[in-house]
Amino acid sequence: MVHTFTALGQYLAADVNSGAVHVLDKLTYDLLSLIPGPMGETLPPELAEQLPQYDRRELEEGWRELLELQDGGLLFTDDTYLDPEAAMALPRAAVVKALCLHVSHDCNLRCRYCFASTGDFGTGHRMTMTPETAKRAIDWVVAKSGKRRNIEVDFFGGEPLMALDTVKQTVEYARSLEKEHDKVFRFTITTNGVLLDDDTIDYINREMSNVVLSMDGRREVNDHMRPTVNGKGSYDVIVPKFQKLVAGRGTKDYYVRGTFTRDNLDFSADVLHLGDLGFRHVSVEPCSGPADDPFAIRKEDLPQVEEEYEKLARLLMERRDINFFHFNVDLAQGPCVIKRLRGCGAGCEYVAITPDGEIYPCHQFVGKEEYRMGNVFDGSFDMEISGRFADQNIYTRPACRECWARFYCSGGCSASNLLVNGDITKSNEVACEMERKRLECAIALNAIAAGMGEAPYTERDNTACNQCGACAAEEKSNI
Amino acid sequence: MKHIQTLNGATLKASAAKGGCGECQTSCQSACKTSCTVANQKCENQ
Ligand code: SF4
Ligand code: SF4
Repeated sequence: MVHTFTALGQYLAADVNSGAVHVLDKLTYDLLSLIPGPMGETLPPELAEQLPQYDRRELEEGWRELLELQDGGLLFTDDTYLDPEAAMALPRAAVVKALCLHVSHDCNLRCRYCFASTGDFGTGHRMTMTPETAKRAIDWVVAKSGKRRNIEVDFFGGEPLMALDTVKQTVEYARSLEKEHDKVFRFTITTNGVLLDDDTIDYINREMSNVVLSMDGRREVNDHMRPTVNGKGSYDVIVPKFQKLVAGRGTKDYYVRGTFTRDNLDFSADVLHLGDLGFRHVSVEPCSGPADDPFAIRKEDLPQVEEEYEKLARLLMERRDINFFHFNVDLAQGPCVIKRLRGCGAGCEYVAITPDGEIYPCHQFVGKEEYRMGNVFDGSFDMEISGRFADQNIYTRPACRECWARFYCSGGCSASNLLVNGDITKSNEVACEMERKRLECAIALNAIAAGMGEAPYTERDNTACNQCGACAAEEKSNI
Repeated sequence: MKHIQTLNGATLKASAAKGGCGECQTSCQSACKTSCTVANQKCENQ
């Protein structure tokens, strides 16, 4: 499978199965877009007839170049090199190596789009995890991780800083086990920032290998969606604290991450705003949910969202100080193809633990009774549920199997599939469209950074677009 | 080549041979978390 596309004025082709990416000129782009499958030795005359704007000899030359790529295993490759059955045996072993520790089912903000129902996960009772429960969870993952050395623990909530004592005791306890069990713990915390003070900032910068700082961008956008319990805005409280934390972060990872909703489809302004505040690593992501969710991006929003991603990509070419998470695709050095068969580890490599010590496939399934997998106190772990998640991959999910982006995306989110389509195997098409658009932008940015292809985007050029055709129609009506 | 530049070679094919150690970061692709496209993760084994 070959995916030809244009983004940022570049003509590109991704050979899905080999991972090869080519920067084309307009001629080879137009030609390749018409080639349905593996190429023969010579240019078929009927193809040439479909492209009367080009000189026949030039087309033949383009054909030969494309053929050379095919012969070199860089175009129209198949994926018979991979045995999906054998590849999936690995994750099926249910070796748990990552925990999402819900140290607090309580929160001091009341974000309107919160999937956790502002912290209590719809349970109606707010609680924090005791250090004892957290330690049992650590014991459990040490046992469950078998020979895997690296273990990740993400402190999550609700707001995890509402249970800072549990966080600290957990870290200390886990570290005390590292040597004896030959494990390396990596801690991450996701916080809304309200409770950050100097000591906590120091602590996080010392102990957490990654920190995710939640805010949405421009003041009015943030304060509209992320009010405090009393209905006030949170922007002024958190921004100086986040800036302080980032200033002391050194080279350790962090992300300032926000959510965009239907209310701010001009989210490129939020990304730039976060950059203006001095945050280098920024992620702003679409709100996802069923069609009647007031905030979730809908199908009809997609043209605008896609245009906004292109706009953002163009703006970021001038803003080298911002590293936008989703445009950060490493084409050459990414993980192995086996990892790419299934990105999400929910229910197998990764589970969420509630304040009660109950185990769920991931943070998004917490509170859904039918997905409760067990408990860290009695060591129970439902292998039937785990198996259902382990079976999810880019070959078993029908939409992914046909999707050009499968080895970049790795199959999407089971929870959002369930939320939107009532089935963990049914891909959330709206999320997929956005994912594919982000990937196209990311690949185009890679091409531009490598100094390849057409001159970076100039003005709108209808001929360079294989997308919706709306602008051409619009132009016609203006004549 | 006159018309085509190759930005990336057949890196996926190459990775199939030695991959699958399982030491890399677990990813979550949800928008509500540290959502992570797998393609931007690091291999622990390089
Ligand atoms: S974009 Fe959607 S269909 Fe394509 S691989 Fe990702 S989840 Fe699957
Ligand atoms: S199901 Fe979705 S939210 Fe849960 S771990 Fe997988 S990608 Fe993340």
